[in-house]
Amino acid sequence: MQHKVIDTNDVVIRFAGDSGDGMQLTGTLFADASALYGNEISTFPDYPAEIRAPHGTVSGVSGFQVHIGQSGVTTPGDFADALVAMNPAALKANAKWAKPNATIIIDTDSFDEANIKRAGFETDDPIAELKIEDRTIVAAAITSLTKESLKDSGLSLKDMERCKNMFTLGMVFFMFNRPLEYTDAYLVKKFGKKKPEMVEINKKVIRDGFNYAENIQAIANTYTIAPAKQEPGVYRNINGNQATAWGLIAASEKSGIPLFCGSYPITPATNILEELAIHKNLGVKTVQCEDEIAGICTAIGASFAGNLAVTTTSGPGISLKSEAMGLAMITELPLVIVDVQRSGPSTGIPTKTEQTDLNQVLYGRNGECPICVVAAHSPSHCFDAAFYAAKLALEHMMPVVLLSEGFLGNGSEPWKIPSMKDYPEIKAPVIDSCEGKFQPFKRNPETMARYWAVPGKPGLEHRVGGLEKNTAGVISSDPENHAKMVAERAEKVQRVANYIPDQTVLGPAKGDTLIIGWGGTFGHLLSAYHELKNEGKDVALTHFDYILPLPKNTAEIFANYKNLVVCELNSGQFANYLRAKFPQFQFKQINKVQGQPFIVKEIVDGINNL
Amino acid sequence: MKYTAQDFKSNQEPRWCPGCGDHAILAALTRALPTVCEDLGYSKERVVVISGIGCSSRLPYYVDTYGFHSIHGRAMPIATGVKVANPTLSVWEATGDGDALAIGGNHFIHAIRRNIDINVILFNNQIYGLTKGQYSPTSKLGQITKTSPYGTVENPFTPGSLVLGARGTFFARSLDSEMVLNQEIFVAAAKHDGCSICEMLTNCVIFNDGAHSQIADREVRADRTIVLRHGQPMVFGKDKDKGLILEHGKLKVVKIGEDGITVDKLLVHDAHCEDTSIQAQLINMKYPDFPVALGVIRDVAEPTYDDRVRDQLAEVKAKSPITCVDELLRSGSTWTVK
Repeated sequence: MQHKVIDTNDVVIRFAGDSGDGMQLTGTLFADASALYGNEISTFPDYPAEIRAPHGTVSGVSGFQVHIGQSGVTTPGDFADALVAMNPAALKANAKWAKPNATIIIDTDSFDEANIKRAGFETDDPIAELKIEDRTIVAAAITSLTKESLKDSGLSLKDMERCKNMFTLGMVFFMFNRPLEYTDAYLVKKFGKKKPEMVEINKKVIRDGFNYAENIQAIANTYTIAPAKQEPGVYRNINGNQATAWGLIAASEKSGIPLFCGSYPITPATNILEELAIHKNLGVKTVQCEDEIAGICTAIGASFAGNLAVTTTSGPGISLKSEAMGLAMITELPLVIVDVQRSGPSTGIPTKTEQTDLNQVLYGRNGECPICVVAAHSPSHCFDAAFYAAKLALEHMMPVVLLSEGFLGNGSEPWKIPSMKDYPEIKAPVIDSCEGKFQPFKRNPETMARYWAVPGKPGLEHRVGGLEKNTAGVISSDPENHAKMVAERAEKVQRVANYIPDQTVLGPAKGDTLIIGWGGTFGHLLSAYHELKNEGKDVALTHFDYILPLPKNTAEIFANYKNLVVCELNSGQFANYLRAKFPQFQFKQINKVQGQPFIVKEIVDGINNL
Repeated sequence: MKYTAQDFKSNQEPRWCPGCGDHAILAALTRALPTVCEDLGYSKERVVVISGIGCSSRLPYYVDTYGFHSIHGRAMPIATGVKVANPTLSVWEATGDGDALAIGGNHFIHAIRRNIDINVILFNNQIYGLTKGQYSPTSKLGQITKTSPYGTVENPFTPGSLVLGARGTFFARSLDSEMVLNQEIFVAAAKHDGCSICEMLTNCVIFNDGAHSQIADREVRADRTIVLRHGQPMVFGKDKDKGLILEHGKLKVVKIGEDGITVDKLLVHDAHCEDTSIQAQLINMKYPDFPVALGVIRDVAEPTYDDRVRDQLAEVKAKSPITCVDELLRSGSTWTVK
């Protein structure tokens, strides 16, 4: 077979296997090596909720998609140029994601009768049954080759088998001409001290995989993807949950107020709590609570006592926290509530991404209870989103919801590391004394924020609570007072609009079609916008990071386009919110509620078929 | 600075019903706080009172310091957050049998398990008062209330047993009207490093009047209760003529002077004993077989949650090479584009 080396701008690789096959690690190592090599990357883990779902079944397939390129990598990619399928179930679940000219690597050792049956194939020929005979199928006995490679390693047979993902990684490294040194460094860091022998074992398996792929000449094309032309600077790879945790720590440092996180583990938000728990070195206090309600309530207590308080959760957790969110709102205490949205309702599909909690965070509380809502739009943007959510909470004395998504939390991308000196100061309205008796709900006339008198300050003793109060902090069920307090609290949230940036538009300032998005769909909408522009369409894109309140110039922007198309991963929650705010405009919708991100083509086709 | 009870009284008029046991508990607390502040070196503004929802949870409004009247059942986690955020505060909690043991039951046991250093006053009137008379998790089996018109068909909690089961380090019990004993208990609770649970058997004059009168009435109280003090023999009775001994591992009521029983043969109360077996029996003593135990029943030293949090922070900080966010962002794998 003629071997061709193809220079290309970008490729998408999808790793798929049984949930115990180590595909998340394989994909992460490939992505990290590519990022360190200098490519743009975007990743998307797609894994089942069960840690070990039934072996060999389609429901137990774990996938990890990586998009690498020289430029324009804004999403993890729609369809794969290369698919690794470690068993028949992985092939069955993922064949539809392989491009027509894709290379598919399969481990023939796992394609036995039992596994083929377990995957739900009706014949003994999965390739024919899936009608993918025209793809380049690289059929390699990966498990046997791994065992052969490690026969002198001293590992048990079972442990040898567990290294098959590293053999596969070696093959894929060959296919995409990746240098091995970054992964070597990772292995030294991971095993160097505790199990030095594992460094050599893994290095050997990866190299044997690499050499095998080269020698069999079954891989017709290999690809080189030159490093991206990136802005000068120091870069790192970061996922959304890590960026969220770091953004909160950054806000704590800027404000000089210690960070407290009260949380309960829940997929896919858990690793924000895990990440914060690591950083006790920076004074972060974390309390893993007995439940979601205790998570937010410890945070409210910490806020009352003067900390920058945070609680992190996902879908069902935000439902449980609703009552306490109302308490934070009426006591006017700063609090960041991070909701890493997942597929719902109820337990839904815990590991899959969606934007379906928007209505809940906007409206899901008893009484008149508006709460500021901010959304992150990419994994690395979670840093800024968390920083500014905390800034708003502290400076305006109120709870702020930060909406992230499973897609952002688990997805990663390279990030040009910022310098903290480029971030604004955060000045919470903390007071040490006041004239006369302290009035807890006396407000700053500009922001409408009340002042923060923290326990321990003499002369400022006061009581707060869930009961309606008057400005002096005395319980009041007076009708006029209630109306006044409701209005003041709402006005305070609205005035945040004076402190957030104006909404911007990508593309012509006036025209035919405006694509409107929010949150984690940004990369897909940006790609769709570029494609449509290249097709010659009169199209622009505006993407919202601030949901409540909306930027002040929102209506001005909307007035400049004939078609307003709201694209989101729900049945139209943001579209309906906009309709309520701006009844003068007609909004069209492109929606998807499959627990999966958009495919760029879906948006492009959607706009073209309007 | 020396304080008086008056310094801790707020300008708010208590809105409890006339004759409600809560008035007396508030009075005991405001009288105990000057001693707490003096003995432990707290200034008034470092005292914080947290509550949930219910009649008892109105208490923060009547104490002139920092207060937080929160939501139903959640006083424990809010108090936990306050104490972890600022361990130099003296954190108090007012809660009831519905607030702490029904809707807040989960938080109650976990705060005790963690041994967070807070002082909890558990007002136990065996009824829901604020919602006007429904049975609670401590209502007696068969009790007739608005939601159990034919009597309840469920067993009540014994709060002290729950505390022991959650590996509690401090448990005291008293009656609302025991003004002197209650001040003593609150001071002991404040001095105890860890989660102190003070169960106050409280009378609800409107919806459960006389719930505790069988043991609490003045004329019978001395014979039907026993006040336990660490290191002292277990004597009780109007004439101080009765006591408790341990026989075959079980508590037994004896009469001093009968069957050769003298005071020095009586059991001596050991509140500091880690083993819970005798304390568990004391907690479960019920009239008419036994006197009901009052006073500090368990007071055992163990590291507190907030101390451990603080120590771990200091330990990790001392070892870590990362001292600021700029260093954090540049830690681990990075690469430079020129």
